[in-house]
Amino acid sequence: MAVLSFVEVSQGKIKKASVEAAYYGSKVAEGLGTDSVVVVLGAASADELATLGTVGVKKVLHAADARFNNFDSKAFTKAVSEAANVAGATVVVLSFNQNGKLLAPRLSVRLKAAYVPGAVELPEFNGASATVKKNVFSGKASASYQLNTEKKVIAVNPNSLSPVRGAGAAEVEAFAPTLADADFSSVVKGADLIVGEIPLSEAELVVSAGRGLKGPENWGPIEELAKVLGAATACSRAVSDVDWRPHHEHVGQTGLTVRPNLYIAVGISGAIQHLAGVNGSKVIVVVNTDPEAPFFKAADYGIVGDAAVVVPKLIEEFKKLKAAH
Amino acid sequence: MKILVPIAKVPDTTSKIAFTDNNTKFSPDGVTFIMNPTDEWYALVRAIELKEKQGGEVVVIHVGLADSEQIIRKALAIGADRAVRVDADPTDAYFVAAQIANHAKSENYDLIIAGKETIDYNSYEVGGMVAEMLDLPCVALVQKLEIENGVATITREIEGGTETVEIKLPLVICAQKELAEARIPNMKGIMGARTKPLEVVTADATEKLTVITGYHLPEKAKECKYVSPDNVGELVRLLHEEAKVV
Ligand SMILES: Cc1cc2nc3c(=O)[nH]c(=O)nc-3n(C[C@H](O)[C@H](O)[C@H](O)COP(=O)(O)OP(=O)(O)OC[C@H]3O[C@@H](n4cnc5c(N)ncnc54)[C@H](O)[C@@H]3O)c2cc1C
Ligand SMILES: Nc1ncnc2c1ncn2[C@@H]1O[C@H](COP(=O)(O)O)[C@@H](O)[C@H]1O
Repeated sequence: MAVLSFVEVSQGKIKKASVEAAYYGSKVAEGLGTDSVVVVLGAASADELATLGTVGVKKVLHAADARFNNFDSKAFTKAVSEAANVAGATVVVLSFNQNGKLLAPRLSVRLKAAYVPGAVELPEFNGASATVKKNVFSGKASASYQLNTEKKVIAVNPNSLSPVRGAGAAEVEAFAPTLADADFSSVVKGADLIVGEIPLSEAELVVSAGRGLKGPENWGPIEELAKVLGAATACSRAVSDVDWRPHHEHVGQTGLTVRPNLYIAVGISGAIQHLAGVNGSKVIVVVNTDPEAPFFKAADYGIVGDAAVVVPKLIEEFKKLKAAH
Repeated sequence: MKILVPIAKVPDTTSKIAFTDNNTKFSPDGVTFIMNPTDEWYALVRAIELKEKQGGEVVVIHVGLADSEQIIRKALAIGADRAVRVDADPTDAYFVAAQIANHAKSENYDLIIAGKETIDYNSYEVGGMVAEMLDLPCVALVQKLEIENGVATITREIEGGTETVEIKLPLVICAQKELAEARIPNMKGIMGARTKPLEVVTADATEKLTVITGYHLPEKAKECKYVSPDNVGELVRLLHEEAKVV
């Protein structure tokens, strides 16, 4: 028996969301009294992979095959399910990130394993079955999913638990899944990455603004505030719809879902569709001129005031804080 | 080109969420049900656009009970050619995916375009499951889709940006925003939808892999702590010392 976690490496580094998945896998393994094993597909240095030992991983199955350097859901599914069989895994853990959201349901079918998408807590085992909580109705409630099959697949929501690092190095073992060239169906033509910015989906701090800013020319202070904090920037759909801000910044029901430690919302009313994408944030700060703005009901801290006045003051105060620490 | 679009029925986002039977069942009382927005705005419209350009047929499939007829007719009004309803309560993604895959096996689709997720269970499951059941390639979080000579050029979301890939048909796509511009059905579409074929089929016996054993509502509303705009330093202090997030 074992717990297998799927880990992705990007630009030589293990993705943050994958560290969380591996840590989650180790915690599940600990609970079951078995080993935490990881599978990595594509180029990665053995030194980097060994660091997974600090989150409780015992062994890394590494398939260095260059065909895995680009994501292909069909080929990856075959390879990860083979790893699950090699490791004798009864639970497979992935991050509920871009690739995991597709790989996990495919694995569920291939392994005939019950699957919970977007787990927010560790599973509770009761004999052969497990119960896992996930958010439903765009964060307005959560539900307990019972998984009754022998094998189980869990995709864990990014930022749901903070890995605690210990000492130790994972043993890295070569892994050669049997795949034909025909299993790789997609050809990657290129990527378009927003460089120099913190990817919103991974950010721990987010500064977001909406129509209350009145026009795209007023975003300077928002960007500066984000820079001072080392935060990513986001926006409401109302402003990306009119091209004040790029579409990839839009959060909410029809945009990205974020779960940062801190979400600062400036000049955003807090419509239910917006909240759906941000209400998993640990701490929410709202700055709005209207004391009746619905966002205050979802906020931990609020300032009733004008963005043009409050944001420059925030920049100044955060600069002071950074200087003092 | 023959395209299948699976459509789901969901509560409107503004619905009040309540549960009954000791918090084990979702209460549909007073809830307005709509076609899942991603399916309606992006998956269906892109399928129709491709058909308009290259010819072919757009079929919508829905796993659900008779009370879903309205959303199916809406899909026909927007421009789908015909519809299939699998008569069963969709309580498990594996079950739903199996129904869609079984239907797809009996017809030769070049393309299946699902939505990325439903707005009620937010599970991102069905598209990928259908692909695996049919042993087809699949790309999720798709923002752009062009098809030429049997090859799809697809732009999908990745961390911090997008990636463009080429894949030969047939394949499964999970659509998201930017793939198309939503269409509102016009009078001609609405009239025409009444006479378009809607076939109702019985469900195949398939096991369900998961069971929802209970729902939980957030414990209590948050208490917002207000800080004066004249004392912004106090907010920064609270974030540092009390919330410990900066
Ligand atoms: C099906 C559907 C899906 C949707 N999906 C999304 C989604 O994913 N994400 C999303 O964001 N929206 C979404 N929306 C839109 C959503 O309903 C709101 O319309 C939108 O979020 C409003 O954006 P806003 O808060 O920036 O603008 P507004 O609602 O116009 O709010 C502006 C706010 O700024 C405040 N303000 C004004 N001046 C100042 C000032 N000087 N300083 C500080 N505050 C000021 C105002 O008091 C007001 O509260 C969706 C809508 C529908 C119907
Ligand atoms: N009951 C259903 N009938 C038909 N298609 C569905 C159904 N449920 C989900 N889908 C499709 O699967 C997609 C993803 O849904 P989900 O995996 O449930 O988040 C949706 O956007 C639809 O395209």
